[in-house]
Amino acid sequence: MDFGFSISPSSTINLDKVDFTLYDRLCEIEPDAKKCMACGSCSATCTAGPWTGMSVRKVILGIQRGKESEAEKMLKGCMLCGKCTMVCPRGINTRHLILSLCRIYGEGER
Amino acid sequence: MKDNIVIIGGGIAGMEAAHQLLLLGYKPILVEKSDHLGGHVADWHKLFPDMSPAKDAVRDLEEKIKEANIFLETEVSFINRLKNGYNVMFTNGVNVICKAILLATGFNLFEASRKEEYGYGIYNQVMTNSDLERWFNTGDDKRINGKEIKKVGFVHCVGSRDVKAGNPQCSKVCCITAIKQAMEVKEFFPDAEVYCFYMDLRLFGKKYEDFYIKAQMESGVHFIRGRVSEVSENIEGKVIVKTEDTLSGKPAKVTLDLLVLMSGIVCNKQAVDTASLVQVKTDSDGFLKSKDNILNIIETDSKGVFLAGTATGPKTVPETVAEARAAALAIHNYLVTLK
Ligand SMILES: Cc1cc2nc3c(=O)[nH]c(=O)nc-3n(C[C@H](O)[C@H](O)[C@H](O)COP(=O)(O)OP(=O)(O)OC[C@H]3O[C@@H](n4cnc5c(N)ncnc54)[C@H](O)[C@@H]3O)c2cc1C
Ligand code: SF4
Ligand code: SF4
Ligand code: SF4
Repeated sequence: MDFGFSISPSSTINLDKVDFTLYDRLCEIEPDAKKCMACGSCSATCTAGPWTGMSVRKVILGIQRGKESEAEKMLKGCMLCGKCTMVCPRGINTRHLILSLCRIYGEGER
Repeated sequence: MKDNIVIIGGGIAGMEAAHQLLLLGYKPILVEKSDHLGGHVADWHKLFPDMSPAKDAVRDLEEKIKEANIFLETEVSFINRLKNGYNVMFTNGVNVICKAILLATGFNLFEASRKEEYGYGIYNQVMTNSDLERWFNTGDDKRINGKEIKKVGFVHCVGSRDVKAGNPQCSKVCCITAIKQAMEVKEFFPDAEVYCFYMDLRLFGKKYEDFYIKAQMESGVHFIRGRVSEVSENIEGKVIVKTEDTLSGKPAKVTLDLLVLMSGIVCNKQAVDTASLVQVKTDSDGFLKSKDNILNIIETDSKGVFLAGTATGPKTVPETVAEARAAALAIHNYLVTLK
């Protein structure tokens, strides 16, 4: 029956249900992903960010919180220029991390 | 014998000051209200940043002050002002005339049960930082023993940075304590998921940021930025924590087997009464008031009365020790000028 309205899904992040498989896989290849302190330098410097929504900080956070499809969508905006790597104060090779993530997502498609 | 000096409080501050005064040739009188020396540090297990045993630090100082006059389970009953000193009456009946008094009365741990929304004393699986240190020391706590510990949370800023709780100050040592304890818990329960719920990570001290990186890299502690708003209990007796994951901008919740509250450092109310006997007031933050908070934190407006350690605000052990040494020297210089 259609009541003309629906219940909107809760935006709550339920940490009990977050699947860490992708995050664990990423940390295997890119252990430095764990080091991110969410400072936002990478996103601030990203030339593509303002137009495409790409943000390395949000990609890492998204994967930590089980928002994998959102992370994947963001990655498509990256042009691999490497500016984010230059500014990351924790010395994370973010460009390499992006490439590794694309590879992991690629594996999933095959 | 040189002039009498009374030190009130036998924590790290009082002990180190006594040690230095002994080296300077005085025979200080140290009064401690509890039945042992060491203050709060006597309750801790391992001290950041070196992770050395707290009991070694206390024992080391105890050895050094054997020559001092130490009164345990003793407090001050009253103090009378004299021309160039004070007449101090102790609860053990001893009465001394002294030239200088050091207030080393320390701090109180915030009473976690006052933050009712966190459920301390209401839900079984909620403990404080101090309770966890006790478990590290004694291995005895029914919240942990015999329980399956798979998920543990640490709540930062409990009773700190909280105007409603009457303490707008940052307690300074609890961010690093939370990270230290999170890593220790991971050592005991390697398969556990450990969460730290923080507003800011205030890791100001030597090597503290290294602890943070190590907690991320080696221990895999999950850091969630957001203040815990409420805690509830489910039918299995586990605790459910609600917060906002402010980095994601979304509410978050998680079910935990154990929740550890980082109780903050607040002023020792009883010390305020003792200090008022020598006209030392409280500062706007509730701690004892120094002459000023830049160059004269050890001095007070009362002649011959000095301060050291957490009596004036949150401090680490090395900071407390440094102040105690400075206070001993300040007392010595003061006594010299009286001559
Ligand atoms: C959970 C937690 C963990 C910590 N871990 C560390 C760590 O790992 N490393 C580190 O550097 N710092 C640590 N700290 C900080 C450390 O505890 C303090 O720096 C230290 O205790 C300060 O010593 P104090 O002598 O000033 O005060 P206290 O330790 O509070 O000692 C004061 C003493 O005075 C006595 N006293 C009070 N009033 C009177 C009175 N009126 N008459 C007689 N006696 C009185 C008290 O009984 C007490 O023995 C930690 C703090 C907390 C809360
Ligand atoms: S590599 Fe990608 S994410 Fe990094 S700055 Fe360049 S476009 Fe932005
Ligand atoms: S710059 Fe580095 S530490 Fe900062 S948010 Fe980006 S990846 Fe994380
Ligand atoms: S040190 Fe950290 S946990 Fe403690 S009050 Fe300050 S910000 Fe909060």
